[in-house]
Amino acid sequence: MPNIVVLVKQVPDTYSERKLSDGDKTLDRDSADAVLDEINERAVEEALLIKEASEGEVTVLSVGPDRATEAIRKALSMGADKAIHVSDAALHGADVIQTAKVLAAAIGKVDGVDLVIAGNESTDGVAGAVPAILAELLGYPQLTHARKVTVEGSAIKVERETSDGITHLEANLPAVVSVGEKINEPRYPSFKGIMAAKKKPVETLTVADLGLSADEVGLASAWTQVLEASPKPPRQAGQKVADEGDGGVKVAEYLVSQKLI
Amino acid sequence: MPADRLLPDSDAADLLALTREIARDELAPVAAEHEEQARFPREQFRLLGRSGLLGLPYDEKWGGGNVPYEVYLQVLEEIATAWMSMGVGLSVHTMSCYALAEYGTTEQQERWLPDALGGDLLGAYALSESHAGSDAAALSTRAVRDGDDYVVNGTKAWITHGGVADYYTTMVRTSDDGGRGISTLLVDASTPGLTAAAPEKKMGLTGSTTTQMIFDDARVPADRLIGPEGAGLKIALSSLASGRLGIAACATGLAQAALDEAVAYAKTRTQFGKPIISFQGLEFLLADMAAAVDSARATYLDAARRRDRGLPFVRQSSVAKLVCTDAAMKVTTDAVQVLGGAGYTRDFPVERYMREAKVLQIFEGTNQIQRMVIARELAK
Repeated sequence: MPNIVVLVKQVPDTYSERKLSDGDKTLDRDSADAVLDEINERAVEEALLIKEASEGEVTVLSVGPDRATEAIRKALSMGADKAIHVSDAALHGADVIQTAKVLAAAIGKVDGVDLVIAGNESTDGVAGAVPAILAELLGYPQLTHARKVTVEGSAIKVERETSDGITHLEANLPAVVSVGEKINEPRYPSFKGIMAAKKKPVETLTVADLGLSADEVGLASAWTQVLEASPKPPRQAGQKVADEGDGGVKVAEYLVSQKLI
Repeated sequence: MPADRLLPDSDAADLLALTREIARDELAPVAAEHEEQARFPREQFRLLGRSGLLGLPYDEKWGGGNVPYEVYLQVLEEIATAWMSMGVGLSVHTMSCYALAEYGTTEQQERWLPDALGGDLLGAYALSESHAGSDAAALSTRAVRDGDDYVVNGTKAWITHGGVADYYTTMVRTSDDGGRGISTLLVDASTPGLTAAAPEKKMGLTGSTTTQMIFDDARVPADRLIGPEGAGLKIALSSLASGRLGIAACATGLAQAALDEAVAYAKTRTQFGKPIISFQGLEFLLADMAAAVDSARATYLDAARRRDRGLPFVRQSSVAKLVCTDAAMKVTTDAVQVLGGAGYTRDFPVERYMREAKVLQIFEGTNQIQRMVIARELAK
C-alpha cells in the first residue's frame, strides 16, 4: 500500500509560442496556454498504475502560481486522491535548488511517504535536475530516468535506459523516481473523473507554512539566473543535392559531415 | 480555429475541453487514413467510452453523464469536426440507447443500460428496410412469438455499425396492423441467425460500416421487447426526433471543419501578390460560409434547449436537421471552391468533407421528410 507523492508542474503548452518576459527573463506565463506538463501526466499515470496494483494513496504536489490549480485538477481528474499546492509570490524566479528545497519541505508535510515520482525534466525549464536534488535533500535513494518501475513490498526496481544499454536499479523505499517518455501512455481523464476532481482536497501552502523564509527562495537569492534570451532563428533553407548518379554517396557524405552517421 | 461557444457552466466547459483534447490528439490525426482505408475506428470508440463520452445525455444512475442536450450536442459537434464518422457513430450509439432509457422497464434498464452507456459496448439502430425508408411503417421484418422467444425473419437495411455493433435496437413487425403493428427488440449481436451482409460501398463516411442485417430464424428472448407490442413506431419516431438533433450537430461540426480549412488556406495562398482571403470574391464566400455555420449552430441549440426544458421540439428538431445539413452541403462545397484545384484532390480534406456532407441530407429522415414534419406541425 505505497503512499505516493507525484510532482507536477504547470508549463506553457508546447503547441503555443513560448517566451520569456522582457524584464527579469522569467517565464512569461500570460503569453501561452498553460497545461500540465506531458511528462508529469506520465508520472501521474505511473503512480496510478502502482496504486491500482496494490492500493495506496496518490498525492499530487505542485509548486507554482495560483493558476497551477488547473494542472493539479488535471492530475486529480486522472485519478490522484489529493493535492498540495505551494503558491507564494516569493517563489517568483526560483531556481532548481530552491524549488527542490520547497518540494522537500512540502513532502515533509505528508505522513509516511513511500515513493516520490517525478518527470525527468520539464518542457519549459528543461534543467532535468530537480528529482536528483530533491532525493539528496530528502536523503532518499534516487532512481532517475526510469522506463520501467516495479514496486515489490518495500523494494523498488527501475530500468533506466542509457545510450550504452539498460541499467537495472534497485532500492528500498522510500525513494525518488523520475520517469522518462517511454514509461507509459497516460490515460485521459473521464468526464466522471473531472467531476470527482472538483471535490478532492487541495491544501494550499505558503513558503512560511513550510518553515522557510521568503529570502531563501525566489529570483533575488537564486543560484542561477537567465541573463539573456534570443528568439529561435528562422528556419534555414535546406541544402539541395542534385543526383548525378552519386546522390546516395553525397547524402552519406553530408550525414557524416554532420556527425549523424 | 475552434468554435467559440457559450456554455451553461464550468462543468460543461471542462467536458468540452476534454473533448477537444481527445479530438485534437487522438481522432483528427488518424481520420484521413481510416477513411481512405475504410477501417472502422473501434478502438477510438473505446477511448470515447473510457472517457465517459458514450452515455452523456443519460442518467447517472445507469452510468450516464447526466448532461443536457445543449451540452451533449456540442460535444458531438466537436467530435464531428475532428472526424465525421466518429460523430455520426456517437450520435447513432446515443440513439440506440434511447428506446431502453425512455421505454424500458426498470429491470431492463438496470440489466442492459450500464453496459450500453459504460463505453465497452457499441450500439446500432435498425429501422429502415430496402422498401421501407421514408415510409418506415411499411417495414416487414417479422417477429413471431414462440414460447419465451420471438423468431425474427427479414432484412434491415442501411444499418450504421452493422456487423461491428454489440446490439441492435431493432424495429420489427409483430402484427399486420400497419404503424400499430411494429415493436422494438433489443437484439444482441451474438443472436444465432443474425448476420451482417457485406458492407455498402459508400460515397463518404467510408470509415463507418453500413450493412444490411439479415435475420434468419433469429431467436430473440421475449424479455428483450422494449415497451409494449405495437409501440415500436412511436418509439422509433420519438428516437428520431432526438437523433435528428445529433445529426444537426454533426452537420454543424463538419461545416465548421470545412470553414476552418478554407480560412486557413485562404490566408496563406497568394495570387496576384496577395493572400486570396483579401479578395472580395472570396471574402464574401467565406463570410457566407461562417454565417451558415453560426446560424446552423444557433438553430440546433435552440431546439436542444427546448428539449432540455421539456418543451415540444419536434418541429424545431426537423428545422435544425434541415438547416444544418443543407448548411453543411453548401459550406463543404464552397470550401472545395476556396481551395480550387487543391481542394479537388485527396491531399486536402475538403473533398472528403463534401462527400461526407451529402448523406446528411438523406439519412435520419431525408430533408424532404423534414419539410413534411415541419408542415404537419404547422397544420396542427
